[in-house]
Amino acid sequence: MKRLTREQLAARVAADIHEGAYVNLGIGLPTLVGNYLPRDREIFLHSENGLLGMGPAPAPGEEDPDLINAGKQPVTLLTGGCYFHHGDSFGMMRGGHLDICVLGAFQVSVTGDLANWSTGGADAIPAVGGAMDLAVGAKRVLVMMEHQTRAGESKIVERCTYPLTGVGCVARVYTDLAVIDIVSGGMVVREMVDGLAFAELQRLTAAPLTMGMR
Amino acid sequence: MIDKVVHSLAEAVAGIPDGATVMIGGFGGAGMPSELVEGLIAQGASGLTIVNNNAGNGETGLAALLKARRVKKIICSFPRQVDSQVFDGLYRAGDIELELVPQGNLSVRIQAAGSGLGAVYTPTGFGTELAAGKETRRIDGRDYVLEFPIHADFALIKAHRGDRWGNLVYRKSARNFGPIMATAARCTIAQVDAVVPLGELDPEAVVTPGIFVQRVFATGPGAAAGRAAAPGGTR
Repeated sequence: MKRLTREQLAARVAADIHEGAYVNLGIGLPTLVGNYLPRDREIFLHSENGLLGMGPAPAPGEEDPDLINAGKQPVTLLTGGCYFHHGDSFGMMRGGHLDICVLGAFQVSVTGDLANWSTGGADAIPAVGGAMDLAVGAKRVLVMMEHQTRAGESKIVERCTYPLTGVGCVARVYTDLAVIDIVSGGMVVREMVDGLAFAELQRLTAAPLTMGMR
Repeated sequence: MIDKVVHSLAEAVAGIPDGATVMIGGFGGAGMPSELVEGLIAQGASGLTIVNNNAGNGETGLAALLKARRVKKIICSFPRQVDSQVFDGLYRAGDIELELVPQGNLSVRIQAAGSGLGAVYTPTGFGTELAAGKETRRIDGRDYVLEFPIHADFALIKAHRGDRWGNLVYRKSARNFGPIMATAARCTIAQVDAVVPLGELDPEAVVTPGIFVQRVFATGPGAAAGRAAAPGGTR
């Protein structure tokens, strides 16, 4: 069994983003998805700080401190892109106008609960940003994450033990081992990496899975 | 003649009292009104409640205001940054109060204040610890949390260009919180790269109408020219 690299995982998520989609890529791992969007599709990237039609990083020396993404890195605007204020931006998010958001996660539960903003540590500085707005607002919330923590614990769980970002909001999880849909009946495996048996995937996952590969 | 243009930093931030609630625009460094914040530090008001998306970056701007220990409480969505060491130190020492608000709720609470609403029902945060103890309501099968407006005494924002009536346009993603904060404060102070004559801003493209702005201060290369042309001259 060969786990997907971060880049392969990003490419796998990118392949599912359709022509014409309005998409928000969360900070961290999901930002990588932007590098793998199919070039033959027009896809509108939204950034919560007021951009639609966000483009790639500028050439060295071309950075503009007034043009950054949600992770505060310099970006560009595609021809046809536009700027707007935070009220409009979060209206787009909360109001169900984004087709897809891709978020990282600490944990996802079998009912689609998402925990991705805090580990609840006593001395941690909390920070939530726009994650809760994306979780409730996007038409389809996709999560991409490693299947297990570095300590080998499953990040897919029966119930989240970390503080929640949103309740019952996740539609699909992409991990370095599998693609799993969350439906009303539970978690359904749609894809597994080469050489991984379903029984082994289930052993590595702390929630019941059903096989739904076609 | 109505002229909201002020000609010194001291004049721009005059009258902000101890204990005031002050909104500061910007998302990270983009749209941060750094000169006005420097002016506020020099002005000396303390015991402030600050509303900003973040809690300061590096050692300048909002971080410098925090470092000068002028801030009692901060209302923000994302204090933790790679360079938020000033806030982190104060927070760990228990020297600053934090109200953590999901970014869209921060935004809509500011809009509620500016548009005269008593509260809003928002789906964001429902079922999370950031909604703990708050009133909730199910409307058409969806769950919402009741959130109250955030009013400010002053808003410090940064725009690209403004005129003497206070009309503003912004630049790229530096727009962010500026237009909504301008609506939610009793006194909005805008620093602009340049003050332009009335009529030069395209009325179809004005982002913040002047009714929301009480003072305009030019920081860019055009500032000197604006001062020279101003009635009463400079101080």
